[in-house]
Amino acid sequence: MSSEITVNGVCKSYGVGNFAKTVVQDCSFTVPRNKLTVMVGPSGCGKTTLIRLLAGFERPTSGKITIDDKLVTGPGVDRMVVFQETALFPWMSTYDNIMYGPRARGEDTPEMRDLAETLLQKVGLSAFRHKYPSQLSGGMQRRAELARSMINRPSVMMLDEPFRGLDAMTKRLMQEYYSKLYDDFRRTTFFVTTDIDEAIFLADRVLIMTNIPTRVRTVIDVKLPRPRKVEAIFESDEANAIKMQALSLLHEEAMKSFSHGSKAAADFIDAYSKRVGG
Amino acid sequence: MVRIKATALSAATFITGEEFWRGCVAIVCFLLFWQIGSRSVDWLGFAVPAVSQIPPPTAVSHQLYVLIQEPSFWYSGYLSSVRVFEGFAAAMVIGIPLGLAMAVSRIFYGIAFPVFEVLRPIPPLAWVPASIIFWPTQELSIAFVTFLGAFFTIVINVIGGAQAIDIRYFQAARSMGSSNWDIFRRIILPGTLPSIVVGATVGVGITWAVVVAAEMISGGGSAGSMGGAAGGGLGFFIWNSYVGGSYTQIVAGMITIGIAGYISSALLRKVGDWLTPWLAEP
Repeated sequence: MSSEITVNGVCKSYGVGNFAKTVVQDCSFTVPRNKLTVMVGPSGCGKTTLIRLLAGFERPTSGKITIDDKLVTGPGVDRMVVFQETALFPWMSTYDNIMYGPRARGEDTPEMRDLAETLLQKVGLSAFRHKYPSQLSGGMQRRAELARSMINRPSVMMLDEPFRGLDAMTKRLMQEYYSKLYDDFRRTTFFVTTDIDEAIFLADRVLIMTNIPTRVRTVIDVKLPRPRKVEAIFESDEANAIKMQALSLLHEEAMKSFSHGSKAAADFIDAYSKRVGG
Repeated sequence: MVRIKATALSAATFITGEEFWRGCVAIVCFLLFWQIGSRSVDWLGFAVPAVSQIPPPTAVSHQLYVLIQEPSFWYSGYLSSVRVFEGFAAAMVIGIPLGLAMAVSRIFYGIAFPVFEVLRPIPPLAWVPASIIFWPTQELSIAFVTFLGAFFTIVINVIGGAQAIDIRYFQAARSMGSSNWDIFRRIILPGTLPSIVVGATVGVGITWAVVVAAEMISGGGSAGSMGGAAGGGLGFFIWNSYVGGSYTQIVAGMITIGIAGYISSALLRKVGDWLTPWLAEP
């Protein structure tokens, strides 16, 4: 049912000749079966490009991406992507949005309608089934979108900063909702974020990415017990240790992006980090 | 998008409350200004430029009162309405599929768009002589010119609307297993609908502007059964009133067209609201 993704030596550049810009360079990692893998990296480092490559919307310049040993050549129903901003169809009600996938494949069956009901309930939108997306709050839209993806029972779920732009309170609620959904419908998941707390709270495995052109800097396995609670998680020493480790790595990468292309800035940061270090 | 829509809608939805009264006050002020202006020589002792040359609203409303009792006046309105409807309907029927085809197919766009762009800036009125030569009857010539008035606006709006659909909708649909036809039917069509409504609403206004001018130039058209001036449509009615020196009739004809255009746009907006319920204010 669920799949495993392997990314092997993938590069992605845009443009040609002197204008070429390499966004992903020699990137390799695996997204293990039935595990939640979270990718964290400085903003603008090429995480979205990677998710687009995994989804098959774009092809790598070189290297291979395989799902269960099958080469990814284009988008497929086996992979669902939840985007950064809502991509709910504005002209469809919540229910019609959720049923989009089944209907597109000619599966408007009683089983699917039942599953839609279950999902509507799980994401707390039963009362909003006939509302249009514009009539839902930001958090509700994200939940509707999660349900719309889940109903297709993809073998891989991919989420690109799905809770970005939500206020702190809503974001926390969404993380808990999502964590529960994941526990119920456990399947291979690839989750991209810039929020290290979110990453540790959700992940079985965290990939820390380098600055652009991006590749994996470090892989950290998170072995905290599930189900997890947001308020409890950072009372654990393990979680805090992971957070400290991840933060120092991310800080380094962020600094690189800061000094990028400027000798003076690089010198400044060099001196600064020596002072702090000493 | 939603905001713009809300402002555009206010004209059609002012049925009750504050908005209605604001509209009434505006119309009353306008009529007062017009009445005083057109009588300015007698009442104020000097001539308000332009306005003093126009017959006052009292005279015009009396003229309108006389006119609405004449079947030939109604027949003129009917003739113009039919021409507007014919041209507009043809523009919708041809323009929407053409616009969609150009938006969907890069190849077709490459072929058709340059031709379209060369023809588009030609004012519909410049087509009148050619149109009279092209078409066997004058009726068809006028309908063709009105068609052109709405056609280009509709096509441009359809292309723009379809191209502005967020690419993420296509990606989402594609990754959920949509076929091309499914994407066309459930993403492109509803995604373009708001722009089709805008194009239609703007287009129908242009159609009125064009039909009246076409009637003036072509000399009325199907005079046939009703005979002469009375049968030529509202545009011809105005032109004929000018030739005959009846200024009150000119203004009465203008106002009639204004009202007809307003009703057409309001009707289309209503239909548009009904077709795009997701754009309603939450």
